[in-house]
Amino acid sequence: MDQIKKLTSSSLFLPLVALAALLLFNIIFVDGFLSIQMTEDGRLYGRLIDILNRSSSLIILSLGMTFVIATSGIDISVGAIVAISSAVVCTLIGGAGDGVAKQPMVLAMLASIGAGLLCGAWNGLLVAKFKIQAVVATLILMTAGRGVAQLLTEGQIITVYYKPFSYIGGTIPGNILPTTIFIALAMVLLVLFLMKKTSIGLFVQSVGINPVASRFSGINVTKVIFLVYAFSGFCAAVSGLIESSLIRAADANNAGLNMEMDAILAVALGGTLLSGGKFYIGGSVIGAITIQTLTTTMYAVGVASDQLPVIKAIAVILICLIQSKRFQRVFSEWKSRRQDRRQDFPQGKAVNKA
Amino acid sequence: MNQTMKKLVNEAVASQYFSFFVTVILFLALYIIGVMSYNGFMQPQVFLNLFIDNAALIIVTVGITFTLLIGGIDLSVGSVVALCCMILAYLLEHTAIPVVAAVVGVLLLGVVIGGIQGYLITAFDMQPFIITLAGMFFCRGLTAVISRETISITNPFYVSIASERIDVGVGFISIGAVVALFGLVIAAIVLKYTKFGRTVFAIGGNENSASLMGLPVFKTKICVYVISGFCAALGGVVYSWIMLSGYTLHGLGMEMDAIASSVIGGTLLTGGVGFIPGTLFGVLIQGVILTFITFQGTLSAWWTKIVIGALLCVFIIMQAIITERKKKMSSKSSMESGNTEHTASAKS
Repeated sequence: MDQIKKLTSSSLFLPLVALAALLLFNIIFVDGFLSIQMTEDGRLYGRLIDILNRSSSLIILSLGMTFVIATSGIDISVGAIVAISSAVVCTLIGGAGDGVAKQPMVLAMLASIGAGLLCGAWNGLLVAKFKIQAVVATLILMTAGRGVAQLLTEGQIITVYYKPFSYIGGTIPGNILPTTIFIALAMVLLVLFLMKKTSIGLFVQSVGINPVASRFSGINVTKVIFLVYAFSGFCAAVSGLIESSLIRAADANNAGLNMEMDAILAVALGGTLLSGGKFYIGGSVIGAITIQTLTTTMYAVGVASDQLPVIKAIAVILICLIQSKRFQRVFSEWKSRRQDRRQDFPQGKAVNKA
Repeated sequence: MNQTMKKLVNEAVASQYFSFFVTVILFLALYIIGVMSYNGFMQPQVFLNLFIDNAALIIVTVGITFTLLIGGIDLSVGSVVALCCMILAYLLEHTAIPVVAAVVGVLLLGVVIGGIQGYLITAFDMQPFIITLAGMFFCRGLTAVISRETISITNPFYVSIASERIDVGVGFISIGAVVALFGLVIAAIVLKYTKFGRTVFAIGGNENSASLMGLPVFKTKICVYVISGFCAALGGVVYSWIMLSGYTLHGLGMEMDAIASSVIGGTLLTGGVGFIPGTLFGVLIQGVILTFITFQGTLSAWWTKIVIGALLCVFIIMQAIITERKKKMSSKSSMESGNTEHTASAKS
């Protein structure tokens, strides 16, 4: 009994159960869900691989989002940063039909990551230095960001024919797994390394629990908050690279659309409280995979992409309800009242008999 | 001399209406620039068009101002507008429900959506932006569930309401604009002169103090979200008079426009300070910028987004600086008064 309690109270319990339930649903209702085949040019192919491939950009986004939420902030501009970063990389490489890159791809990628960092730093400046609420500060970039992206692409959808660009979201010849999985893995390892070998994780957590107390104990709160938003911008830029490479184009209107919601959902599902404080990187990663599985499942069932937010919105509200302390109290009161009634019942029967 | 100047400036900055005056001056400046650079900007109809085109935004902004005043936020308004347009279009085109019933039903729906969001936020102590963000996605998704295609409204009675022109001497305005102005006046009166309005400001100033004072915090907070939902639905009805259709992407980003208008009009995002006439000028400034872009002809629509984002940013930073300055001034003055008391007691 104790073991079960320990298991259910673990932070990974909720996302793992959700993931397991989704996978089970898929295995039963979707044909050939588990099958993985080898294509002729030596790549692995299958629904599971596809989910991992598609979820990697979400995993990267939710890494950044986890830190932001841990400092009791929020970054709703990540979708727009994804759009900006893909606009930068695609404009620099250029949409020449003969597949020749205008600028070297490495340079374009660096510029795109730089643009993401800049956006993140801008958010960080507003939140950390000017003490503006995180929602509003990032709301500015959420709307203006798509305008900037459209400005960069001049309102066009730039399609890139340069071959190596498709390797980021696809597969590098000779590899059997999509590159995105490796990128996501590298980012997760980087974050885990930073958490284990430095005290950054501790600082972030402390700022999220009590910024004033953290300042008095010598933590540079402004710097920590600034860096957290810059890192979120960096993560968004990396997933912008992946997103644009997946479709080999920059679409300022639709790149990263609704991704901020998915990222917040992944973090919340992973057990990190939206009010800040303790955070779980592993939970966020599994949360992101769960969300992507949900998306893929819904597509398989026949729900259209623009109808999907209904289900995700309900999921967000349910998770928030479960996390809410006051709801937990109301729920436990209700449960104990029910138990009382159940105990009352046999007595009443006895009285009746008498 | 220098001292008095400084004092005057300080007083002006500390005044509740400083942001409002800046907004009015900015609006006039933009309008004068427009008149000087483009022919035809002078016509009174151009000014009246600002009200006709932005009627829905004015109503939505009034609603969102209430939520901002209590220190909350409502991100769902844009998609509520879309949902209302879609439901109206669906009811009028595919069922025999009379127009009045459809409109009343949609307004009730807005009240229900606002009520649910308000209840979740207040009763379970959840962050307003998360719940209303979920509400935003929920309503947008629901719109797509009803129909993914555009539904045009062809109901003759409805179309005649939408195209009705009310003559005001120098030009005409639409029924939507009248509704918007009416809503504006009611909201201003409610906020300024009723118990409810004062409670809203009190909660925005400090929720705990308001609660300790015995004010009905719980009820008022839910009411505020209900008002926001109702205004969004009413905005949706007015918006459908302009667009005469239901479509999933209607009102996309309207929440941002509304928040921007409210902030530009002098509402403090931390709550407690706000001014309904200011929100009108906030909307009008956006309208003027849009008119500029139309008159210019070569500029693209996305410039509006960038300019409004930049404007919002400037105003928010201005607010942050003003708040900081006020805090300093009040702590300084309290220190000074404390000192004088101290010396007075020492003397005695």
